[in-house]
Formats: sequence, structure tokens, C-alpha cells
Amino acid sequence: MSYILEAKNLNKSYFKKKALNNLNLSIEKGRAVGMLGPNGSGKTTLIKIAAGILRQSSGEILIDNHEPGVYTKSVISYLPDRNYLPKWMKVEDAINYFNDFYGDFDRNRAYELLDFMKLEREMKVTSLSKGMTEKLHLTLVLSRKAKLYILDEPIAGVDPVARDKILDAIINNYNEDSSMLITTHLVRDIERVFDDVVFINNGEVILSGNAEALREEKNKSIDELYKEVFGE
Amino acid sequence: MSMKFDDKLPIYIQIMNYMKKKIITGEINGGDKLPSVRELSTKLRVNPNTIQRTYQELERENLVFTQRGMGTFVTEDKQIVKNLKKDMASDIIESFISEMKGLGFSYDEIAEVVKDRTKKEE
Repeated sequence: MSYILEAKNLNKSYFKKKALNNLNLSIEKGRAVGMLGPNGSGKTTLIKIAAGILRQSSGEILIDNHEPGVYTKSVISYLPDRNYLPKWMKVEDAINYFNDFYGDFDRNRAYELLDFMKLEREMKVTSLSKGMTEKLHLTLVLSRKAKLYILDEPIAGVDPVARDKILDAIINNYNEDSSMLITTHLVRDIERVFDDVVFINNGEVILSGNAEALREEKNKSIDELYKEVFGE
Repeated sequence: MSMKFDDKLPIYIQIMNYMKKKIITGEINGGDKLPSVRELSTKLRVNPNTIQRTYQELERENLVFTQRGMGTFVTEDKQIVKNLKKDMASDIIESFISEMKGLGFSYDEIAEVVKDRTKKEE
């Protein structure tokens, strides 16, 4: 079995607070994996370590058999959970910026996605609504030909119509050569996209498996399972 | 083509049932080509691997067959479709009867209410 991401005994502390606690996780190539957990469970910390933005305190993480670094950054396309584009930019500038930065960026694909998302190249980044900003970010991230797409809360704070649009873009972009890791706490809207799910709490994986197998075994939707696992 | 999901059941089973109903009612005919995996996955907003699984299972039940490079087609064997209709009906009856039993109805009473109800329709 070949893995696109492998984490072994991963630990991360912020001073005294443990964000990741001996976390183990493997993601197979070509899968869409949902990483589910409440706020503060460690999802974003894990993602930032994978994306090479943070460094673990101890343990090992490999992306496509490499430690986070120049190579892994070139194969990961990462959607952060907040806005990161400079305020002066227009949509077109953002596309140029990505095009300059990433060798695997496909400008034509970006224009197609912009059309699909109903965004104009002349729009200013600062004038976009929350949903539109999310759509722009997703356009940029999905226009790269990456091996691993990491989407941190792609549908948080977005209205249901925009949400469907974003899900469509994610599904249309899905292919066997790339993997996706998507974090969310809005499980219900997105669970049908996942091959596998991983439940994370207090920096540990507490449950993981194939989404369909879990539904069959527990006789519950992943959303219900989430509520059971994390509810009181 | 759109469907409502009850995510409790595995999704591939729900899509199978949905396709089966279409085959039974003749909305999809024998010999018809099913949408490609990617098409259906986009339409239903479901992971393509799930659709793949759905088609595999339908094929295992001989309801569809794959022609390499051409796509997936509905069986032209009328007997298979007939049996499918019978099977699905008996599933519905089975669950209806067990629910009615749960409400304390006897078999005779169940038969009675069904008869009354169907008479009203005519």
C-alpha cells in the first residue's frame, strides 16, 4: 500500500498546551479523506505541520515519502482557513501570483473555475463576500496539479448555495492521481464526498475508517456518528 | 436526476435502490446506457468511488453489464427485472408487516386494513 501522508507518534505542544498527542495517521493515495473534530481538536495544527508551516515537537511525518520541505510544498496544494491574499489584489492579480509561484498552476483551469464560480477577473479581493473569497481561494488551490490537496474548512461560513458550488468544484476536481484531506465540522453537507473519515479529539485519532463501512457497521450517518462521538 | 439521501444507509446501497426503482418502472429501459461514473458523481454530489461501487454491485446482481470502453448498460433480460420487482416488493411488504406487528395488529387485521385501504382507492 502506498501512502501520500504518514504520521507516526506526532506530537506538538504550544508551551504547556498539547495540540497533538502521539498522533498516528496514514492516508492512502487517491482517496478523499475527511478529518473531523471540534474546534481546538488539533486538525489545523496537523495540517500546518503537513504543509510545512509548523514543525512538530517530536515524531515523524512523511508526505509522498518525504519530510516536509521544498519538495512536499511543491506537491501539496493547501487551502488555509483564513484569507491570505494581499489587500491590493484583484482576482486577476491573485491568479498571476499563483501562476508565478507554482510550476503546476494551470491558468486555463483557473479561468474555467472562475467562470464556474461566477467570479470576475476585475473584482477586488477586498470587495468579495465571505462566500466569494472562499470560492476564489478554492479556485486557486484546485487549479494546481498537486498530489495532495489539503482543504481546511472549505465550506465554513458559506451560504448553502455557495456550499453546493464548492462541493461541485471539489467533486469535479477529484481524480485517482491525487488525494484530498478535508477538515470540517460541518459534516452533514460534505460527508458524501469522503472515502474515509478520521475523527480527531484532543490531538489524537479516536476513530477512523472507510465511510461506507462505518455507516454499515454503526447504522448511522457520519454526521450522527460525529454527534455521538463528540456529544456529551 | 436528483435524489434525497438518508445517510444512515451506506450511500452505494441508496443509489442502487434508486437505480433499481428506475429500472423497474421503466424509466430506464433494458439496453439503456447508464451515465458515466463521473457524470453521476457530479449530479449526485457523491464521491466517484461510491458510484463505482454502486455499478459494481449492480453488475454483480446482473442488472447491468459493462462493455469495455463503451460504458455500463442495463440488462435486456426481462426475467431479471421481473424478479427484481418481486424482490423489492417483498422487502416492502416484509417491513410493513413487521411494523404493523409492532403496533399489535394480527395477520388477519393487517389483511383487513390493507383490503379496506385498497378498496378506497378503487
